[in-house]
Amino acid sequence: MISYIVRRLLWMIPTLFFVALITFMLMHAAPGGPWDRDLSARQVDPRTQELLNKEFGLDKPLFINTEGGNPLDSQFFNYIGGALQGNLGPSYRQRGMNVEDILFKPQEGKPIWSSKFGYSMRLGLLALGLAVLFGIPLGAIGALKRNTVIDYFSLLISTIGISVPSFVLAIFLIVLLAGRLKLIKIVQQDWSSPGAWIVPGVILGFGTFAFITRLTRSQMLEVMQQDYVRTARAKGLSEKAVVARHMLRNALIPVVTIIGPALAGLVTGSFIIEQMFSFPGSGREFVQSISRRDYSMIMGTTLLYAVLVAIANLTVDITYGFLDPRIKVGK
Amino acid sequence: MTVQTPTLDPTSTMVLSRPPRSLWRDARARFTKNKLAIIAAVVLFLFTLVAIFAPLLAPHDPLKIYDGRGYLPPAWVAKGPTGQVGDAQFIFGTDSLGRDVLSRVIYGSRVSLVVGIIPVIIILLVGVAVGMVAGYMGGKVDNFTMRFGDILYAFPDLLFFIIVMTALRDTPVGKLMNGLVLLFIALAITSWIGLARLVRGQVLSLKEKEFVEASRMVGAKHGRIMFKHILPNCLGPIIVYTAIRIPALIIAEAVLGYLGLGLRPSTKSTDIFITSWGALMLDGQSAINAQPWLLLTPAIAVAIVVLAFNFVGDGLRDALDPRLRDR
Repeated sequence: MISYIVRRLLWMIPTLFFVALITFMLMHAAPGGPWDRDLSARQVDPRTQELLNKEFGLDKPLFINTEGGNPLDSQFFNYIGGALQGNLGPSYRQRGMNVEDILFKPQEGKPIWSSKFGYSMRLGLLALGLAVLFGIPLGAIGALKRNTVIDYFSLLISTIGISVPSFVLAIFLIVLLAGRLKLIKIVQQDWSSPGAWIVPGVILGFGTFAFITRLTRSQMLEVMQQDYVRTARAKGLSEKAVVARHMLRNALIPVVTIIGPALAGLVTGSFIIEQMFSFPGSGREFVQSISRRDYSMIMGTTLLYAVLVAIANLTVDITYGFLDPRIKVGK
Repeated sequence: MTVQTPTLDPTSTMVLSRPPRSLWRDARARFTKNKLAIIAAVVLFLFTLVAIFAPLLAPHDPLKIYDGRGYLPPAWVAKGPTGQVGDAQFIFGTDSLGRDVLSRVIYGSRVSLVVGIIPVIIILLVGVAVGMVAGYMGGKVDNFTMRFGDILYAFPDLLFFIIVMTALRDTPVGKLMNGLVLLFIALAITSWIGLARLVRGQVLSLKEKEFVEASRMVGAKHGRIMFKHILPNCLGPIIVYTAIRIPALIIAEAVLGYLGLGLRPSTKSTDIFITSWGALMLDGQSAINAQPWLLLTPAIAVAIVVLAFNFVGDGLRDALDPRLRDR
């Protein structure tokens, strides 16, 4: 088991390396340089650009330094080296700010979770919490009361939630809640009150909620037919004990294993919802860096998200191994 | 003397009383029994017709600007948020410039249709070929392609699309067909690997089967074994995978359009692809109070088409692999 975990962790290194390489190459294929201004603004003069390039090492070769000395003293490998030490380089558009400052540094005097990434993380956790809290009971009840109105309701909700993308659902809810019913403000300024978080949290978590509902239902249906459930009933256990201790416990194994990737998916996939609600998280920052062509910011955020996804995918196999000893992951 | 001619009694001979039921026949029977899937298939058929015959169906020219008639509410609204009255001429109202929303949404369906076709063809060709070869050859070829696939797989799909589109949008490739060519490439690059993995898994189990061994014994060439014996047996999962992948591509296009990274809306009436649902939603977002239907109409269109594809996909899965029912 341990050797398996180590092997999987080591395998993450080439994976992330190539993700960084692909992103780096694409960002450099993009026309325009880091010091370009909007056409309307005053351009940075060539002499300053040269100095800036020297200051940030952008005068070095892209991949391999052939001018003698250290062959790895190139833009790409310096970037990787910096990233490993938590230095993602300066933002091309936000003067004097490093990418990691934008993402992780909270405002003056605020706790760490009020950084851009902290906001996104909290929204993702809220969405995941809501999805688990409502998804598991709905799926379980649907399976226990199969082919009743409740079951059809849970099937309908989960089908819609899985197929219709969250940003389309968000559009419907925003138009309904903000446009018609005037219940929420579209542009929420104050994110300190918990009430403001509910609507974006619900919308973000809806797809995950639907997925958990469907997964719980299908797992419950399978578990219900197992011999050990019949045995539990035969020895006279109360229905409550059978459901809670014998059915749910086994049915929830796959549900628990997807929680890691689900959280990663929610944190990295929230950018459209964040943009719609003007939510001050890293996702909205990412969308804005796209429209501003802030390449270093795009690259840093992509790397961060890729790391999150890679770790989350790793947790699936590991938790599975712990929760269900019949599965031998080492092989 | 009469010669007794043996008469053939049809019931006594060993003739099949009815043609054998093939897998496909069974599947078709199961599919047609699934009412939801049939309705969804009809919806998709209509969607295709709308996309192809957009110029005939659209009530207005999608590019024509009706001066002073911007932000008209839908026809059934007596008084819109901007105080204007709905006009029966414009069923879903008009946008900021006074262009008919319904006509633009009808034209937008073309992009969604083509995004569901061209990348899928690339994915099918590459994914099936790579999966077949990797699974059949095994060894180093298999190892290399699968490791390469692992790397692509680790890249979150949507992030990859976004990066490709942002970086290459202003290059010559990114400008072909208003950005559609680049969009196809980006969508295809990440999606073939899933199919290749699926096909490889199928091939790995199929190549040990007796019928493949028998075919090898009588001296069939590798190509024949792959295409005549193994490929037809993988078709079921391939069809299901494709049906489930198409709505994901349509959603990806809508997301990219919504971020302003998809098709560049055109103003030339000679273009086939004038706007996309994603681009229309981007337009609508800024006018959410003045004309919510600008945002709602393309959103509803996306929801309907994606739901229909999902129902057809579920129906196909149940029909081709009944064991997976209720999953």
